Amino acid sequence: MSTLTPTIPAKPARGSRSTEAKAPRAQRESPFARASAMIVMAVFTLYFLVPIWWLLVAASKSRSQFNSTNPLWFADFSLFENIGNLMAYRDGVYLKWMLNSALYAGGGALVGTIIAGMCGYALAKYNFPGRELIFNVVLGGVLVPATALALPLFLIFSQISLTNTFWSVFLPSLVSPFGVYLARIYASASVPDELIEAARLDGAGELRTFFTVSVRMMVPALVTVFLFQFVAIWNNFFLPLIMLRDETLFPVTLGLYAWNSQVNQIPVLRDYVLIGALLSIIPLIIIFLLLQRFWRNGLSAGSVK
Amino acid sequence: MQIKKRAAAVALLTAATVVLTGCASGSTTSSGGDAAACEPSEGKVDLTFTTWIPGMEEVVAVWNEENPDVQVKVQTGPNGNGGTYQNFFNQLKAGNAPDLGQIEYDALPNFRVQDGLMDLAACEGVLDAKADFVDWTWGQVNFGEDDAVYAVPQDAGPMAMFYRADLFEANNIAIPTTWEEYAVAAEAVRATGGYITNFSQSDINQFAGFVWQAGGSWFENDGDNWTIDLTSPESVKVADYWQDLIDRDLVSTNPPWTDEWNNAYNTGSNWTWNSAAWGANSIASGAPDTSGNWSVALSPQWAAGDNAAGNWGGSSTAVFTGSKHPYEAAQFALWLNTSDEALTMLNKSANLYPAAKSGLELPALKEGVEFYGGQAIYDVFAEASGHVSPDFIWGPTMTQVYNDTSDGFKGAVTGNGTLSDALTSAQKSTIDALEAQSIPVNK
Repeated sequence: MSTLTPTIPAKPARGSRSTEAKAPRAQRESPFARASAMIVMAVFTLYFLVPIWWLLVAASKSRSQFNSTNPLWFADFSLFENIGNLMAYRDGVYLKWMLNSALYAGGGALVGTIIAGMCGYALAKYNFPGRELIFNVVLGGVLVPATALALPLFLIFSQISLTNTFWSVFLPSLVSPFGVYLARIYASASVPDELIEAARLDGAGELRTFFTVSVRMMVPALVTVFLFQFVAIWNNFFLPLIMLRDETLFPVTLGLYAWNSQVNQIPVLRDYVLIGALLSIIPLIIIFLLLQRFWRNGLSAGSVK
Repeated sequence: MQIKKRAAAVALLTAATVVLTGCASGSTTSSGGDAAACEPSEGKVDLTFTTWIPGMEEVVAVWNEENPDVQVKVQTGPNGNGGTYQNFFNQLKAGNAPDLGQIEYDALPNFRVQDGLMDLAACEGVLDAKADFVDWTWGQVNFGEDDAVYAVPQDAGPMAMFYRADLFEANNIAIPTTWEEYAVAAEAVRATGGYITNFSQSDINQFAGFVWQAGGSWFENDGDNWTIDLTSPESVKVADYWQDLIDRDLVSTNPPWTDEWNNAYNTGSNWTWNSAAWGANSIASGAPDTSGNWSVALSPQWAAGDNAAGNWGGSSTAVFTGSKHPYEAAQFALWLNTSDEALTMLNKSANLYPAAKSGLELPALKEGVEFYGGQAIYDVFAEASGHVSPDFIWGPTMTQVYNDTSDGFKGAVTGNGTLSDALTSAQKSTIDALEAQSIPVNK
């Protein structure tokens, strides 16, 4: 999931560029090719949307109707009642989880984006010995899946007694090798050396140049990094699973998983897992809708050049 | 050139990771369970207890109220095989395991072979507590050693037969009391269009419960070596029995715990379920339309007149090696699992069926249950619990055994191979798995 979601915005990126270029030729495409393309897209849309539809329908049913009615259509609509029950369960621990997820993902993505942006910018715009080596090591980091690092991280954090704390999930989330990579590529393409030179001549320090001049030109890349990082942290499950023991620190993914693992014995949890899963995707949808506008603007601006 | 450099960087990084992991795991400091010393600690003691049982916080709050000097903090996570066991192993390795942990019976040997469990025999009152627990549950926590106790039993899953009393009566089919009668009844049920039950391809611990009832055991440990006996005569007898029902299409083979499976019970197409005490709620929630039509009877027997029962599930409270306060931890574990107050709360919040003898007499477990037509079903389970054999032993790699057996069973229900073939191949892969972990095996 975590690897799938971020690729979604990547497609329109290439797509928007190529449709612009190909627009005049569009009429010449055979209707057959068009139709088959549409069918493929329709099938995939369905494929992605049906589970969400199912979730919405299932979450709106009472437990007795869950098994006995059509899984893809509504029965008596008790969504709000179910949400109320979920919020009341164990003194609203679910809300706490959502808040934690927002903190881990929002805070982690924000700080992580700043770090990745600065790092990528430095690698793109400053010449110093070992620059390529550092970049290649960072690039190597892209290849190492976060899951593989969770256990070593746990052992390290154990030695400094930081496991089962907010920081044990937050700190590792700040690192984004892919963000550094993207920021470097984008900075070298979109921030002209002349502009930095001009800022320097006007007496701006390096830090000020970065934050007032360069960041503005890098916004599209930074938004992308933020988005990727946000989704990656929100969906990151393995690290919290290993690090956290205290229920009040759980992100929503881990909390729902913990509930789901007990459904056989505590059947009522099944309802809560369903509603909880439905509610937990809403912030992701919102943040995508809000940010994709920035993101598309940025890409088209870059593509003209 | 560029590529070469990149490759070098990657290699460097990989090497760094390996070194990092290697040295971290090298710092293992767990010393084996030592029963020699179990003295009360001075002053105020704080304990941590990791469990996934919902409602445990409330139970512990009662203890904390009564014992201001021994404060217990509850930590939580997914169920054991869902990740908490792996976390326990990681924490034991890192030296920051909690004082107490929830461990199911079938996972205890795994922790035992890794020296993760503290022997509580020297702690005051622990050996004497043996009389408070149903005999077989004590066998699950001392591994047959008379002078050792590696955990305190918490709950149990004695098995009985849930059945649709209304359907059996309406169709004039006698309630089977032996497995032979069960197979005959299965034909009669099939003739009405239903199935007598569902054979679960992935609940291997249910199958183990059947073997347990038949008097078999899958593992044995003589103190040094493990003997693996997945293909014992009892085990094969049970496998052949179910294989026959599958071959004759007398049982359905839905994957368990799915909507399909629930639906088969809810619509009355499946008539019985051989399951544990905790299963009472699973049916009630999975098949709400059948409320009032179910009853519970003792499991069918292999020989008429017997009263053997199997067990499915159940867990214990263990103290991990490395705990600085084994005495207090043991006292807490005893209170948690024997006091009526705690057991009543756990039964209410998590449907735990107690392992303590006194727990079987709880008022909450004496009442009639509406879903079962007002039958006092837990009386049946209490009787079953008294007849569970104390000789069934779990192995140190149960997750692997379950996975491998389940793979074979999935094949068998679709016509590839048989259940006993699956046991044969799981037998072999289990020996390999133990040898791979350098656990001594008798072949």
